[in-house]
Amino acid sequence: MKIMGKASRSKVITYGFVIAAFVIVQLLKSSGNISSSLQGQLVPICAYVVMAISLNLTVGVLGELSLGHAGFMSVGAFTGVVACISLESIIPFTILRMTVSIIIGAFSAGVAGTLIGIPVLRLEGDYLAIVTLAFGEIIKNITNCLYVGVDKAGLHVNFLTDATSLNLSEGGRVIIDGPMGISGITKLSTFTMGFALIMVTLFIVLNLIDSRSGRAIMALRDNRIAAESVGIHVTKYKLMAFATSAALAGAAGTLYAMNYSTIIASKFGFNTSILILVFVVLGGLGNIRGSIIAATVLTILPEMLRQFNNYRMVIYAIVLILIMLATNDDNLKGFLSNLRNRLLPSNLRKGKKGAENG
Amino acid sequence: MDKAKKPETKMVPVPSTNLVPERDVDKLPVLEARNLGIEFGGLTALAGFNMAIGRTEIAGLIGPNGAGKTTVFNLLTKVYQPTHGTILLDGRDTNNMTTVQINKAGIARTFQNIRLFSNLSVEDNVKLGLHNNINYGMWNGILRLPAYWKGERRAHEQAMELLSIFDMQDLAGNRAGSLPYGAQRRLEIVRALATKPLLLLLDEPAAGMNPSETAELMENIVKIRDTLQIAIILIEHDMNLVMGICEGICVLNFGKIIAKGTPREIRNNPQVIEAYLGKKRED
Repeated sequence: MKIMGKASRSKVITYGFVIAAFVIVQLLKSSGNISSSLQGQLVPICAYVVMAISLNLTVGVLGELSLGHAGFMSVGAFTGVVACISLESIIPFTILRMTVSIIIGAFSAGVAGTLIGIPVLRLEGDYLAIVTLAFGEIIKNITNCLYVGVDKAGLHVNFLTDATSLNLSEGGRVIIDGPMGISGITKLSTFTMGFALIMVTLFIVLNLIDSRSGRAIMALRDNRIAAESVGIHVTKYKLMAFATSAALAGAAGTLYAMNYSTIIASKFGFNTSILILVFVVLGGLGNIRGSIIAATVLTILPEMLRQFNNYRMVIYAIVLILIMLATNDDNLKGFLSNLRNRLLPSNLRKGKKGAENG
Repeated sequence: MDKAKKPETKMVPVPSTNLVPERDVDKLPVLEARNLGIEFGGLTALAGFNMAIGRTEIAGLIGPNGAGKTTVFNLLTKVYQPTHGTILLDGRDTNNMTTVQINKAGIARTFQNIRLFSNLSVEDNVKLGLHNNINYGMWNGILRLPAYWKGERRAHEQAMELLSIFDMQDLAGNRAGSLPYGAQRRLEIVRALATKPLLLLLDEPAAGMNPSETAELMENIVKIRDTLQIAIILIEHDMNLVMGICEGICVLNFGKIIAKGTPREIRNNPQVIEAYLGKKRED
């Protein structure tokens, strides 16, 4: 144990935690102990976990509030699905096609993140939050007016017209039909894929945080003026964190979209951005493990509250408020840490200090 | 007008009005400020500031509160762009350089109100100072390629070596924000030194320290200069420290230099006494 630093021990705990959760769910699935509604939630949960981890990179690690994260999910979802449909004949093997689509989704969202980041990251604080919100809405509205089709000649893209003006040849297929979005998607996402994507996301984010670039990103969060005074290029590292975060959101978008037969642009609006921000804030800023737990619990919660019918969202909101109050309560925090100190032997406790970034 | 003056100053590398110690006189000064000034709106915060610093000099910048001392540091590090004058760093004109470029060119600083990366560990703070000396890219870090391991090992070794200046190796794993005040000030100096500067600017390094800590700090500042062979400018209100280790002192008041000289000259300068204590009433 001595060889491992605090940071790497915390990482191992996080990976172990995700693997354990995966194994338990797989066991429950094979023994038939899992409800069908929860089974349908497994892929969205994975997508939301990836979204929460990636947003935590912007909000918790870089320290800039972004309200348009769902926009990048949208970019990833639509390009990923378009890629998947148009590659159908070229790559018949589904897992490989899905992987390629996710990479394309991530790449295009990363490019979108970079393009948006260049003007947006010049702003600070509230202004940055408002402008990211605006860009999220812009992405949503652009996809609403986008028509994409594929035929033997390749992809046809049209903006602000309608599907017929795509001029597809015989056997062509309309993929994105403006506000109708994409329909007739073959569901390719599986829980195992979602798990793999979470692991890849964790690998990227945790290793990034614990490296020279990650330190620079956190330095900008803690004190921008001091960071500049030791020669850290502000724009470069802000953009690095923002683009990485956007790319991972794009990957999550592809995974999410390939789980449904129909996908429309308005699914990735302001509400989704806020939902993911809630996961991040509740899980703890900069706390990756917290993001995973919060995303999982808060995605399952509305399903579990179904028995309350019309009062479901009211109760959901009350539960949210209670969790917020509880996690910010100093007495409760003190009580929990006392409990932990009493229950855990002292050699195990040491690892807790480094939990902040893992 | 400025252009006409330049050749003249080139012939005499260190003008006689400056306080470069004898051992540095023949060398190019590490820093030369010529007629430096800045105005905020209509307010002149600093005007006609001339100063040359020898390569291994310890210089003091003193003056009453609001005299413009920190403004000088902010101009030298380009937190503000000067409205008048030029700054030559190691003979190079720093016009249009950014704070980041200034640091890469060789000026490191500490801040009056401590600015550490308080949520990061002590070691990470020093490693951030080493940021531009340990170079490996983002993907090397994410994929844990050999460059990462090599770079991190070097960063760790160098960070520990730097922390040993102030005997702080044992604190390496602590959160910087949790350190006592004096240790935070020392860490800021270590972080600044990690950027391998030619010139170190210390903004009130002894503020909040007790007399024994201050005495230790004085020894350490001299030790840093002797071992690293760098120049140091410090702003300080503790006159024991200033008079004890500074070779040249520059006194500012209301944005203007009112006196320059050795500690002994400054101590007996009537204008300096007036600026600090006020004028004697004539009865």
